[in-house]
Amino acid sequence: MADIGEKQEMNSRRRFLLVATSIAGGIATAAVATPFVLSMMPSERAKAAGAPVEVDITKLEPGMLLLVEWRGKVVWVLNRTPDMLANLKKLDSQVADPKSEKDQQPAYAKNETRSIKPAILVVEGVCTHLGCSPVYRKDIAPADLGADWLGGFFCPCHGSKFDLAGRVYKSVPAPTNLVVPPHTYLSDTTLLIGSDRKETA
Amino acid sequence: MRKITSILLVFCLAPLVAFASGSDVKLDHAQIHPSDKLSLQRGAQTFVNYCLSCHSAEYMRYNRLRDIGLTENQISDNLIFTGQKVGELMTVAMKTKDAKQWLGVAPPDLSVIARSRGPDWLYTYLRKFYRDESTATGWNNLVFDKAAMPHVLYQLQGEQSLMVKNVDDGHGGTHEVKELKLDKPGTLSKTEYDAYVTDLVNFLVYLGEPAATKRVQLGIIVMLFLFAMLGLTYALKQEYWKDVH
Amino acid sequence: MSKRLESMIGWIDARFPLTANWRAHLSEYYAPKNFNFWYYFGSLAMLVLVNQLLTGIFLTMNYKPDASMAFASVEYIMRDVNFGWLIRYMHSTGASMFFVVVYLHMFRGMMYGSYRKPRELLWLIGMGIFFVLMMLAFTGYILPWGQMSYWGAQVIISMIGAIPVVGETLSNWLLGDFMLSDAALNRFFAYHVVTLPVLLVVLVVVHILALHEVGSNNPDGIEIKANKDPVTHIPVDGIPFHPYYSVKDIFGVVVFLMLFTGIIFFAPEMGGYFLEYNNFVPANTLQTPDHIAPVWYFTPYYSMLRAVTVNFLWIDAKLWGIVLMGGSVAIFALLPWLDRSPVKSIRYKGPIFKFALTLFVISVFVLGYLGTKSPTPLYTLLAQIFTVVYFAFFILMPWYSKIDKTKPEPTRVTE
Repeated sequence: MADIGEKQEMNSRRRFLLVATSIAGGIATAAVATPFVLSMMPSERAKAAGAPVEVDITKLEPGMLLLVEWRGKVVWVLNRTPDMLANLKKLDSQVADPKSEKDQQPAYAKNETRSIKPAILVVEGVCTHLGCSPVYRKDIAPADLGADWLGGFFCPCHGSKFDLAGRVYKSVPAPTNLVVPPHTYLSDTTLLIGSDRKETA
Repeated sequence: MRKITSILLVFCLAPLVAFASGSDVKLDHAQIHPSDKLSLQRGAQTFVNYCLSCHSAEYMRYNRLRDIGLTENQISDNLIFTGQKVGELMTVAMKTKDAKQWLGVAPPDLSVIARSRGPDWLYTYLRKFYRDESTATGWNNLVFDKAAMPHVLYQLQGEQSLMVKNVDDGHGGTHEVKELKLDKPGTLSKTEYDAYVTDLVNFLVYLGEPAATKRVQLGIIVMLFLFAMLGLTYALKQEYWKDVH
Repeated sequence: MSKRLESMIGWIDARFPLTANWRAHLSEYYAPKNFNFWYYFGSLAMLVLVNQLLTGIFLTMNYKPDASMAFASVEYIMRDVNFGWLIRYMHSTGASMFFVVVYLHMFRGMMYGSYRKPRELLWLIGMGIFFVLMMLAFTGYILPWGQMSYWGAQVIISMIGAIPVVGETLSNWLLGDFMLSDAALNRFFAYHVVTLPVLLVVLVVVHILALHEVGSNNPDGIEIKANKDPVTHIPVDGIPFHPYYSVKDIFGVVVFLMLFTGIIFFAPEMGGYFLEYNNFVPANTLQTPDHIAPVWYFTPYYSMLRAVTVNFLWIDAKLWGIVLMGGSVAIFALLPWLDRSPVKSIRYKGPIFKFALTLFVISVFVLGYLGTKSPTPLYTLLAQIFTVVYFAFFILMPWYSKIDKTKPEPTRVTE
């Protein structure tokens, strides 16, 4: 049947079946790919390891910074003094996003102090530039940071600066404010980092 | 040709008859229902109360029990006695070294026990303990002779003892039949205890493969899809092969 | 075809023989038009190969080749990894289905004389694939580090120790230890995920190249190339592989997938044959399970290993068993030279060959069944008888294939 090549023709039924099978095959391929792709998402073990962390802040004195590990990242819990809080206002003109317009915090932390309780700042200690961990510099006007430094966080990697609400200064490499992770208070002195729903504790 | 094909098919299917079990005691069939969530929940309760004090299930996370219709709060309030978090594994407080000292062997992990032993074995094993003063624990088991495990559920089942009867085998000889007699009744009747063990075995089967229910559900969808594909590809093949025939 | 696409393909063709290969291996590869049911298994083996490679890669993402973590990491895949259970079952079922498909593919070759001239080398490459596949299955079965993994490997490794003079040194070298341990698990993992798959893929490519050089055999066992159209030089009984066999194979794939996914979703253990119950017990180096049996695809050879119970000549029974087991696999490679029949296909062969082949199939199944059982005197006797039958099929073939009454082959393929 050497003439079979010539006999091949594309009638409408053939074209329909070809298209239908191709579509079904495409769906099948996508369906097979799904579990493989999803298998690379964090596993139950990773989720359990990344479960919310409870922090007791009874002993956190004003001006003290507490480092908490959550999902392999450092989370800062800072108890700000009234002076520190007062200074925040003065910096509104120097920071890039004074009103926290960009989505770097849950809705309940989108306020002047970027926190639930005004004094207690909960923020990820990860520079929004390239992921280094900035240094807590509460000293006012040190030699290396200039006379107008009112305390904040300084990233030694590339020199980004943040104030004590985690707001990024203008004209530094970091583009956005520090991220406020989901958190909530289980009691007056117990903080839950990683979840804002009380029942998952 | 045809004959060879059919012979081959028969041989292919023949070995699929289940493996014979090694034990000489006839196993009772465990009538479990993996979709019965209440049964699984009762089984889970029994498991954490009785089994988990000596055995671990260290491949299983507590919060996985959401599968059987529990919330994370229910799990942490009712099923976790070790102060662990819901995301943690069902480990055991007892140290392996201590366990070896007390029981002679370390109690095996129970995560996949139902997959190695099978539900029927577990169901029979948990119901066939009897008093035997010759063993270290004072207990023995019909299915697992000299089992190191004592009868943990004896307050529920009661205490049984072994009776060996010689029964006429119909060919002029006799053979031994081992039977258990209930000496001291427990808090549950026989039917209640059987149901209690059934729930536990049901849970152990779930524990062996938590994804089993999801697996079957997904399988049905895949099969339906393949049926549609079957029709489509057959029609396509027939259409093209018109050229050849 | 749009102009744009055409020019793109032209660009590639000037740099890589894309269209030429498409034609040579698909649209202008002429396959006999009378392929039947048995001719699905080549493409299905390909499908299973892809399945194994794909699922294998994803399993290595979470598996830990460490004796203290391997078993737990498999359960981690089964429970904690999203859809890990599915990927693992696809791989474990795929392993068994690989053998199902390859055994049927080999049986097809035996029925229709696909190993005969000019396909001897094709057959030998196929035997190479079969050998690598067995190595893959063996190394893969060790990885979960369950009781059957451990003791099954122990048995196989002990066989190497039986080789005279160098045996013990060789087994120590293979294990990297004086016993089966973490060192061996670690290197078997390396073989299983790198060495052997690469070798397998290369051999499969070579197998297909060799096939497309000599052309496919068919149920009639006649050469379609002997009868070409005088003008086009295309075999008159040939049809282009694409689209005719591609659409046919896709249909075959769907049928196969129904069986394959049926097992994956509804019976992944396959009654203890695909995943053995004892392998759900972590490896215990101090305690052998009551009953150890290899996975089903190795049981015929395992039966033959156990069948030899007497010392013979200066060689002891243990070594004979090993020789016989190795021989039972290796002897397939001799088929092209053992078969002296004037015809290739069973359709035109005489009653003796049909009888011999039937007996051979029965012996494979009986030996396979016996391999799953604990040996008893009766079973051992049966295993011995059927081992003789198994080998007789090959050893007596030069004789019976010659005296067998054959029918004349047709000049054109029959429908």
